Formats: sequence, structure tokens, C-alpha cells
Amino acid sequence: MQSNAALEYDYSLAKKFTFLTILFGFLGMLIGTLLAAQLAFPSLNYLLGEYGTFSRLRPLHTNIVIFGFTVSGIFATWFYIGQRVLKVSLKESKFLMTVGNIQFWLYFVGALLAVVSLLMGITESKEYAQFEWPFDIVVVIIWVLWGLNIMGLIGIRREKALYISVWYYLACFLGISMLYLFNNMALPTYFTSGGLGSFFHSVSMYSGTNDALVQWWYGHNAVAFGFTVPIVGMIYYFLPKESGQPVYSYKLSLLSFWGLLFVYLWAGSHHLMWSTVPDWMQTMGSVFSVLLILPSWGSAINMLLTMKGEWQQLTENPLIKFMILASTFYMLSTIEGPIQAVRSVNAIAHFTDWIIGHVHDGVLGWVVFMIMSAIYHMTPRMFKREIYSKKLIETQFWLQTTAVVLYFTSMWIAGITQGMMWRAVDEYGNLMYSFIDTVNALHPYYVIRTIAAIMYLAGFMMFMYNIYKTVTAGREIEEEPQFRTPIAA
Amino acid sequence: MREEWRIIAYVVTSGILVVMLYGYILYLYRSEKSGKRDYEKYGKLALDDEIDSPVIEDKPASERYKDEK
Repeated sequence: MQSNAALEYDYSLAKKFTFLTILFGFLGMLIGTLLAAQLAFPSLNYLLGEYGTFSRLRPLHTNIVIFGFTVSGIFATWFYIGQRVLKVSLKESKFLMTVGNIQFWLYFVGALLAVVSLLMGITESKEYAQFEWPFDIVVVIIWVLWGLNIMGLIGIRREKALYISVWYYLACFLGISMLYLFNNMALPTYFTSGGLGSFFHSVSMYSGTNDALVQWWYGHNAVAFGFTVPIVGMIYYFLPKESGQPVYSYKLSLLSFWGLLFVYLWAGSHHLMWSTVPDWMQTMGSVFSVLLILPSWGSAINMLLTMKGEWQQLTENPLIKFMILASTFYMLSTIEGPIQAVRSVNAIAHFTDWIIGHVHDGVLGWVVFMIMSAIYHMTPRMFKREIYSKKLIETQFWLQTTAVVLYFTSMWIAGITQGMMWRAVDEYGNLMYSFIDTVNALHPYYVIRTIAAIMYLAGFMMFMYNIYKTVTAGREIEEEPQFRTPIAA
Repeated sequence: MREEWRIIAYVVTSGILVVMLYGYILYLYRSEKSGKRDYEKYGKLALDDEIDSPVIEDKPASERYKDEK
């Protein structure tokens, strides 16, 4: 066996992607906050001409949060976790380092250009798949480079067994590859119109109901393989490592993994309930959505049980607090989703703000909390410095937790009010309310949501400041901490 | 009639999935009981993750040799 006494892990790629995670997180949440304010106070739509309208900024918000913040977080944590659980350093392969660096720069430049293109209004007009075809090609190249890195690192590993997190990252890679390729099949209008259209503007290869089905198979599974699978992979590493407790049941983690992968892919048609897709497909979407509770709660309960006998850490270590709350929000979100996918509930919930509430208790409470705790865990190890301020983390935690609760409760009330008002009829069967009546009724909840967004953004800025101060002025540590992350009081 | 078929499909699909799920659980427990696998030891992979931590399952010597060449 090769001597690896002097060998150490190479965190340069993890550091670079961490920087992008923070940058895109801030941008995505800043735009999100402006959007929330625009819905409460419509005059804010006219601040920046065409570039500041809700319709122009909304795709920017979603794409930056999904493809900017979350995907960077996935890359950053992979380049950290991957090496550690496979017990191999990126330093051992010049090829993989070069591939990783090309991936980073292509991603950074590509993402910035993609942001500009959406701001200019250049779009394919498919939700979460707005990028025009040249960007789609860049995305595919970046993804293939990442795949090369995953497979390459696995190929040169010392540890034969692949830890459960690696399985989740592999699933993320394979899932997104398949979804992205199929949903983004498009043809430039130049070719479809016999030379009249544009070479750079394309339209989907599918049409009508088929297009909707492919779109929502993609849309829902982008949540599955972007917001769920890799984030579960993160918590399976970071919570046991931070608490010093091995995962409660490895068997349960395997069961949840295969369950999640098998069930999730079939649930997308619940987005098209009461629409023109075949009835059986809607039923299938509903069945599989309800079944999803099993693998989702399997992972979440496994995380809670990992803390068995060690619950005092929840009061002592703010990172454990973040991760346990993330896991709890994952449970909330994955029971809420199936409820919304039941036909009768969906009849009220569809197209209302309850759906927006659902997405945000998942993303703000689960995805962002988990990625932030991952960065808090990795930073002292990557920069060999202790976290700058515990007080700041505590304040951030309570500010953001309150913000998430305000966000989803206001949207639950707004959504159900909206759904009920749309359906309400008088004794003659006439609609009781006009659209503007619902808008007036929802205004207070939109204001609450705006306040929640500002609070959450403020919390994220505290996180950014804390990380910045850690890297530049945190107390240096000589030895890498084994479990608990060192945080200055 | 269509409604009935939908109900039947719902129940049958759920039933098949439940059987598959329990089948997998059974498989996991049986292979552990028969000594074929000890799944729980893999939980340590996250804790002992220094580059010089002992490996839980080493790659076969021939494979490592190939890698190092």
C-alpha cells in the first residue's frame, strides 16, 4: 500500500465552490425578497424598467437558487465529502484536479452569463428550464465533467465500500443527467420555421399535454434530485461527523435510498391534477406521492435517532441545532407534499400560495439550513481557523427559524383563503368573488411574507459575515477537529 | 366502471410496492443474520474519515496495485 503519511486532502475545489454557494445564495435570496415585496406592493415592479418586473425577475430567483446556490453547494460538499469517505486525496490525481478546475471556471462564467441572459429576457419559457439551448449545452458539459470527477475519485479510492452519501451524490448525478437532457430537447425556431425564426431561440420538441408531462416529470424530479437526494447525502455525512455518532441504522439508510429513488420518479404528474393528462396518470402521481412519505421519513427519523443519548448536543452545539431543524423541516415538507397531492386537497391547493409555502418550508428550512451548516462545518477544516462567532450563529438561527415559520404560515393561510374564495359560489351557482377580491384578502399575508423574507436574508448576511470573518480573522487551529466544529464564544 | 378500475389500480399498486419494500427489509436482515454482510459497520465511514484512518473494506490487493501503477 502506498504510504500516505504526508498526504492530505485537497480542499481547493471545495473552497472555490463554497465561495460560489455564498455568492449565489445571497443573489437568489436578495431577488426573492424583492419579489415578495413586489407582490405586496406592486409599485416596486417599476424600479428598473423592464429588468425589474416580477415576470423578468422570477425565473432569475428560481434559477439562481436551484442552479446557482444549491448546485454550487452540492459541488462544494462533494469535493469535500467525496475525498474523505473514499479516503483518497484529489492531490493524487492531476487529471481529476484539472477536470475539477475546468468544471469550476466553466460553471462560474456560464452561470454569470446565464444570469445575464435571463435578465435580458432570453428564455425558452419552460419553468426551471428557461435557459436557451447554448446554455443547456454548457450545463451538460459541466455535468459530464462533474460525473468524470465522481467516477474518477471512486476509481482511485482506498476504501472499497461506498458510504451512503456517495450513493446519494451518484443518484443526483444520474438523475439530473437524465431529466435535464429529456426536458431540454428543443429546436431553434430558425429550423422549425423554414429560416424565418431565430437560431438562438428554441422551442420544445414536445407539444401540448406531452410537453406538460415531460415538463413536470422534470420539474418535480429537479426537486427530487437537486433539493432532496444530494441534501440527504449531506446530512448523512455532516450530522454523524459533527455529533461523533454513527448513523443510527445503516440498513434504514439503504432502504430509504432505494425507496426514494424508486418512488420519486413517478410522482411528478401530481403537478397536473385536474388537467388534461390521463386520469390514471394523475392517480399514479397521487399514489406515489403518498408512498414518498416512507423513504423521506425513513431518512429524517434515522437522523433524529442518530442523536439518541446525545440530545444535550442540541443545546451546546449550534450546528447540531441547524441540522436537526433542517431534518425536521424535511419531515414537515415531505408530509405536506403528499397531502397536497391528494386529489381533493389538490383541488383547493393547486395554483394557490400554499404551494409557494410548501416549496419555501422545504428550501429555506431544509436545503438552505443544511447547506449553511455544511459550510459552517467545512470552513474551519478547510481554512484551519475556528468559527468567528457563536453568538452570531445563535442569533442567525433564531432569526431565520422565525422567518421560515412566518413565511410558511402566512402562505398556508393565504393559499387556503385563495383556494376557498376561488371556489365559493352563491345559492344560484354564481362565483361569489372576483379575482381582485382575493388579491385584497391576501395583502396582509403578502406583507408578512415580505417581512419574513427580509428577516431570512438578514440571517443569511450574518452567515456570510461570520464566514468572511472566520476566513480572515478567525483564531487559527493547529489540528483538524475530529468531530465538533470549534466556534469562538 | 372507470372509478372502480382506478380504485383497483390504486390498491394493487400500493400492495405490490408494500411487498417489494418488506421484501427488501427482509433481505437486509437475512443477509446480516447469515453473516453475509455487516451493514452497520459502514456507519463508521463518516467518522473515521482521515486519509490515514484504517479502511473498513480494503480494495483487493490486485486492484490497489493496478491503481498505484
